Formats: sequence, structure tokens, C-alpha cells
Amino acid sequence: MAGPIALEQATQWRAFRAVLRRDLYVTWRELPAFLAQVILQPLFLLFVFGKVLGSLGYTRNNYAHLLFPGLLALTAVLTAMQTLAFPLVAEFGWTKEIEDRLLAPMPTLFVAAEKVLFALLRSFVATLIMLPIGVLILGSIPWRWSGFPLFVAGLVLGALVGAGFGLLMGTLVQPQRINLLFSLVFTPLLFTGCSQYPWPSLDRLRWFQVVTAANPMTYVSESLRGALVPSVPHIQPWICLLVLAVAICVLMSVGVKGFYRRAID
Amino acid sequence: MPKVHPRPYDFEVLPRNDAGHAVEVVDLVKRYPKAPVNAVDGVSFGVAAGEVFGLLGPNGAGKTTTVGMLTTRVRPTGGRALVGGIDVMRDPVRARRQVAVVPQRSNLDRSLSIRDNLVFHAAYHGVPARERERRAAELLDQFGLLDRAGDKPDFFSGGQGQRVMIARALMHAPQVLFLDEPTTGLDPAARLFVWDRLRELRDSEVTLILTTHDMDEAAFLADRVAIMDHGRLLALDTPAALIGGLEGEGTLELAADGSADGAVVDALAALTGVERVETVHLQAENGAEAPPPAAQPLRVRLYLTGDAALHVAPAAAVLADHGLALQDVKLGTPTLEDVFIHLTGRTLR
Repeated sequence: MAGPIALEQATQWRAFRAVLRRDLYVTWRELPAFLAQVILQPLFLLFVFGKVLGSLGYTRNNYAHLLFPGLLALTAVLTAMQTLAFPLVAEFGWTKEIEDRLLAPMPTLFVAAEKVLFALLRSFVATLIMLPIGVLILGSIPWRWSGFPLFVAGLVLGALVGAGFGLLMGTLVQPQRINLLFSLVFTPLLFTGCSQYPWPSLDRLRWFQVVTAANPMTYVSESLRGALVPSVPHIQPWICLLVLAVAICVLMSVGVKGFYRRAID
Repeated sequence: MPKVHPRPYDFEVLPRNDAGHAVEVVDLVKRYPKAPVNAVDGVSFGVAAGEVFGLLGPNGAGKTTTVGMLTTRVRPTGGRALVGGIDVMRDPVRARRQVAVVPQRSNLDRSLSIRDNLVFHAAYHGVPARERERRAAELLDQFGLLDRAGDKPDFFSGGQGQRVMIARALMHAPQVLFLDEPTTGLDPAARLFVWDRLRELRDSEVTLILTTHDMDEAAFLADRVAIMDHGRLLALDTPAALIGGLEGEGTLELAADGSADGAVVDALAALTGVERVETVHLQAENGAEAPPPAAQPLRVRLYLTGDAALHVAPAAAVLADHGLALQDVKLGTPTLEDVFIHLTGRTLR
């Protein structure tokens, strides 16, 4: 019986790879749009907060180096989230494009998994592009090879958290409410994720420190700070990774449930 | 209230030939969460390999839900559904390899060209690269899409989109092709084109199951027609046999200028050559309330043994005796529409 089952699995993986190839193909053909979508926001944040405010003397010299890991975290989380959320709302809501993939010979879970994997890939590309851009704008970026494993772990978990949020939002939000996604979800996530300030320094603003502790992105920012600028006070890396792992489990399980609800009546 | 005949025909749920069943449905039930009634309510039928099978019924009859269950997108509440011998509930992944779906509304991939829509669909289904290019070229040609193969589907008309979706569905050589209202909303020329392509498919191996609320479409395309209403199968046979099951050779539909009681109907039924009289009621449609049946102007259909034209004058006389004037007359031979009216007492639309 191993023969037919192995063959069946090969068919399913082939379908999975074909769908991934479709997504990569479309991204490749729309590369400038993709880059504009993922880079512009962190680029401006980096330029204004890291360069302009510093040059005008409103921030201290090391602020740019403190900001940079936070912006990497922001890019990792938001890119993954956007890659999933908006297309999903549209595909389930009005273009119905996803139907052809749901009818491909693979488990429904594979369709969701492909979306997550694709979101991770886009998130990695967007984050890595930020490195040369950082050098270009700031002159130098904080970098420690000894922090590299933590850097990678933070990025991967950050992208997964973003993908989890995206899956959740993409299957939860009704198409006519897509505007609310921006104002009620993206903006708060963007500003409470500790990308522009280190979390321990919020001691003086206790209530806000509590609020930011509830945003999983905070732990992405803090883990990347731990990896790149450990001299800045930050949350212990093991706490960051643990919280992120738990957040990913919760977001993914609820998101996948939502995906099934939308995929099968 | 006209009488609804639950099973007026002693219909066979399985096809007579022994070519093997492409689709087998046994006591299929679907109830959506929080819905008061079953959307599909114990439906059974079989479709032979290579057959063209029509599910005919008004909107909301349960046709699309039935197709949804057979194509693994809707989870049945009860019963069994097999496609190509595979249980769609137990093994949805393998079932998906057997089927292709052309939905009511376009679900083409808007980021891909028409050719890429076809090619990627085949790739999802594991068709080898060279084979998918060859098949795409062939189908694009067959469906008159070669000159637009590089265009994205955004600006396609309904008819063109429908052609692309049928071509796409055939890319992985499915055993069973489901078409949900394939020509609804198409202009006459586009509809004829689609009909012609579907007629061509009859001669191929593929089994077609199409839902429609258009009796002409069902009669023109389908080998056998199942009539559905309120989630149930009311009749199932060849169009000819369904129509032949009605008494009479001709029909005469009369509309009067006012409402009437049963006495008029009885008087009409008493005329020589009249086999049966049915009262036709207007349906509420598009949110507009239909008046209660008793208040509606009289509209009846007479099933006749002889030539319909000979019965117009006597029928008009009966109406005049009851103080009614004849407003509209339709002569005809019975159609699937008459079968539906006979079964439900309502018109299809």
C-alpha cells in the first residue's frame, strides 16, 4: 500500500509547489510594486526618525541604532501580515480566485500553509533589503555576528507572527470592512510594537508599557535589539522567543480555523 | 394552493445503461447552520459516465449546494456522495482530481493572463509542463481565445470569461465537469457558443453535470434532467420522457382580466378534449410581493388531447359565462416548464 500513498503524497506536494510557484511568478512580474509596498514605510520611518531628527539635533546619536532593529521587526511582521490579509479578504470576498486552488488535489490545510510560506518569503526579502538601505541612509548599521542566531530566530518568528495575524484578519474581516483593518489593526500594531523605543525604557509610562507588552511585535523588536544592540536595555531573548512561540501557536490555530470556515461551507 | 405531487413519477434514480457511475448520490442532505430547513433534503441520483445530466430548478432549489457537496466545497450533513467511485467526504483530495467546476461567477486569477490561468490550473493538477502548454494551445484555439491569450481576465465579458473557465476546467482532463448556470447572464450569441462547445463535449469521455433554471438549456443539452425544488428531487428522466409523462398533446394557457373561483376551473375542465387544468400563480420575485393567489387574475393552463387552437373559442366562452374576458392566450406543446408547473404548481422563474 505504500506505493499509492506515496504517489498520492507526491501529487499533493506537486500541487503545493505549483501554487507557490504561481505566487512567486506573480510577485516577480510585479516586482517594483512589491518593493514599493514593503519598503516605503520603513524607509521613511528610518529617514525621518533616524536621519532627519538626528541631523536637527532632536534625537541623540545612538537613537538611529536603537531604531534600526525595531524597523526590521516592523518590516518583518507587517510584510508577512499584509501579504496574507489583503489578498485573503479579496479572494474569499469578491475575486474568488482562491477557489481554483481550493479545488486543487491537496488538503485545504496546504492552501493555507502555502499562503503562510509565501508570506514568510516576502517578509524575509523585505527585511533583508532593509540592511543595505540602512547603510545607505544611516551611514552604518548595528551588526554583530555573535547575535546572528538570535537575529535569524527573531526574524523567522516575527514573520510567523505577522503571517498568523494576516491569516486571522484575512479570514475574519468582511470585505466591506477592509478599511477598518488599516485604522483599527495596522496603526495600533505599528505604534505599540516597540519598534521606535525599547520596552524597558517605558518604565516611566507604566500603562503604555503594559499595552505594548500585549503586542507580539514588541517581542520581535526586543529580540532583534538583543541581537544587534545588546547594550541597550531589552527584554531577555528567551522570554521574547517563548512569548512569540506561544503567540504563533494561538494566532495560527485560530487563523487556520477561520480559513477552514471560509473554505468549506 | 395547488397540490404538490411529491413523487408523481416512478423515477429511476440510477441511469439505465451499465457504463459505470461517474457520480452517485444517496440520500444527500445539507442543512446550513442556523437555517430552519434543509437546503438539500435527501437527494439521490446517479449519473452514468459520459452522460450529460441537468439539474433543473428555480433559484434556491438546492442545485448549487448539491454541486458544492459533490465538488468538496460544501460539507454534507448526511448521506453519501461518490465521484468517480470516490467518497467526497472521506477522501476530498482524491475526489478533487476527478472533478472540475465552472462556477456561476468568474473566479479567474486576475493576476495571470488567460493562457497562464489555464497553464497554472493544469500545474496544480500535476499535468506535466510540456503537456500543459500543448493542451492550453489546443483549448485556447477550440474556445476562440487564441488572440486574447496574453490578456488578463479583468476586462473580459461574461461570455468570454465563461469560455475561459470552461477551457480551464478541461485542462486537467476531469472525469466529471460541473457547470453551475453556465449561460446565465450571457447574451444570445455567447450562450449559443457555450452551448455548441458543451454539445461537442457530449461526444467526449467527460461527464457533464449542469445546473440551470432555463428549461431550454436543460432540454437542449441534457440526456437526463432532474427537477429540483425546495431541496428535493421531484422527477428524473430524459426530457422527452418527462414531457411525455404529462397528459395531452397540446397546452393552452389562458389569462383572464380578473380573479375567479373554482367554478371557472371546473367548467374549463369539463370541456371536451381537456385532460387537466392547472392554475398558475405568480411568484414573488426580486423582492416584489406577489398578491395572494385568490386575488391574482386568473391564469390557467389546459392540457389537451387535440389541437390547442381549436380550444380557444370554447374556453373564451366559458370565461365570458363567468363574467371574465380573455386577455392573453398561449398555445403550445408541453415543455419542461410544463413539467415543472405540473410538479409544483409554480412557474420556473
